[in-house]
Amino acid sequence: MKITFQINGIVQTVDTDENTPLLWVIRDLLDLKGTKFGCGKAACGACTIHVNGEAVRSCSYAAKLAAGQHITTIEGLAAGEELHPVQQAWLEEIVPQCGYCQPGFMMATAALLEKIPNPTDEDIDANIVNVCRCATYYRMRKAIHRAAAIKNVNQ
Amino acid sequence: MTRNRLATVFVLLVMTLAVFGLAKSGLPAAAPFAPTPAADQSVADPFTTMMKVLTHQRCVNCHPAGDRPMQGEDSHYHNFGVRRGPDNHGVAALQCLSCHQRENNDYSGVPGAPEWSVAPLSMAWEGLSRVEIAHSMLNSANNGGRSLAEVVKHLTEHELVLWAWNPGVDADGVPREVPPVPKAEYIAAVKAWAAAGAVIPAE
Repeated sequence: MKITFQINGIVQTVDTDENTPLLWVIRDLLDLKGTKFGCGKAACGACTIHVNGEAVRSCSYAAKLAAGQHITTIEGLAAGEELHPVQQAWLEEIVPQCGYCQPGFMMATAALLEKIPNPTDEDIDANIVNVCRCATYYRMRKAIHRAAAIKNVNQ
Repeated sequence: MTRNRLATVFVLLVMTLAVFGLAKSGLPAAAPFAPTPAADQSVADPFTTMMKVLTHQRCVNCHPAGDRPMQGEDSHYHNFGVRRGPDNHGVAALQCLSCHQRENNDYSGVPGAPEWSVAPLSMAWEGLSRVEIAHSMLNSANNGGRSLAEVVKHLTEHELVLWAWNPGVDADGVPREVPPVPKAEYIAAVKAWAAAGAVIPAE
């Protein structure tokens, strides 16, 4: 099945089984390796992307559903050379350890800040439920608050 | 003739006042709707048949009494601390649609159906008896202002309700349990119950 969608600002058409998880279309057909496979059952959040700005677990999102949608992956989060506030904050707080799960966390955080510009710790707990086996949660919490501050200054 | 008409009007007036009186007092009417000739006599006990479905975890898991939906055959709280959210579709970055799409996903084992959401708090069924669920379901203050016909339509036609008979597989590939009544039998029971006046037993 041919499926056409926009990903990171570029219109792409892929020919694949309609029920293939979008994660594998992104990684294997479009060669965008920033989105990670973690659990494959929408539990860990390593595969989080944006579909029309909403955080979505791409391992549980059939490719056919992407038709006509605007997809953003971690590769498309920055505006050209200018890092997204979440990416900037992640650098400043030196969040990653092994780094594998971090793109998913950053995509979820970016979606959160679009709706809650100044999240409280409670907001963070309720919204960012991804899993990090290195347990970088403490630094991530600091980075989320820093990202909010950066984003608010930039606006 | 005039005397008969006056008597009829008086009887109707008394019935109307009785119904309004019951509604105002908050007491449930035993038979809130008049029976119609279309009642299906082939369903022996339509209320019991219908309620076997509506009290099943496939329905009650998403009609929670609190802020958290449930999941699984044991109706445990939804993993990851999933919340109802302000519009019953989850919170900002953890929407129902973050994981649940318009159909089941057999790769991830995540269930899905159109309009996937938690039922509004006014429609909470968790912890209620079948009689309490029925009264709540027919109470326009709880059911979103639905008439009996609209309740029947929701119960028998809404894709999210009928998903209960097509719940897909879990993350281990194990099929989810379906309600204990076949779909066609359930639909017939709902319609028969409504057509007979939507009588709620006193138990």
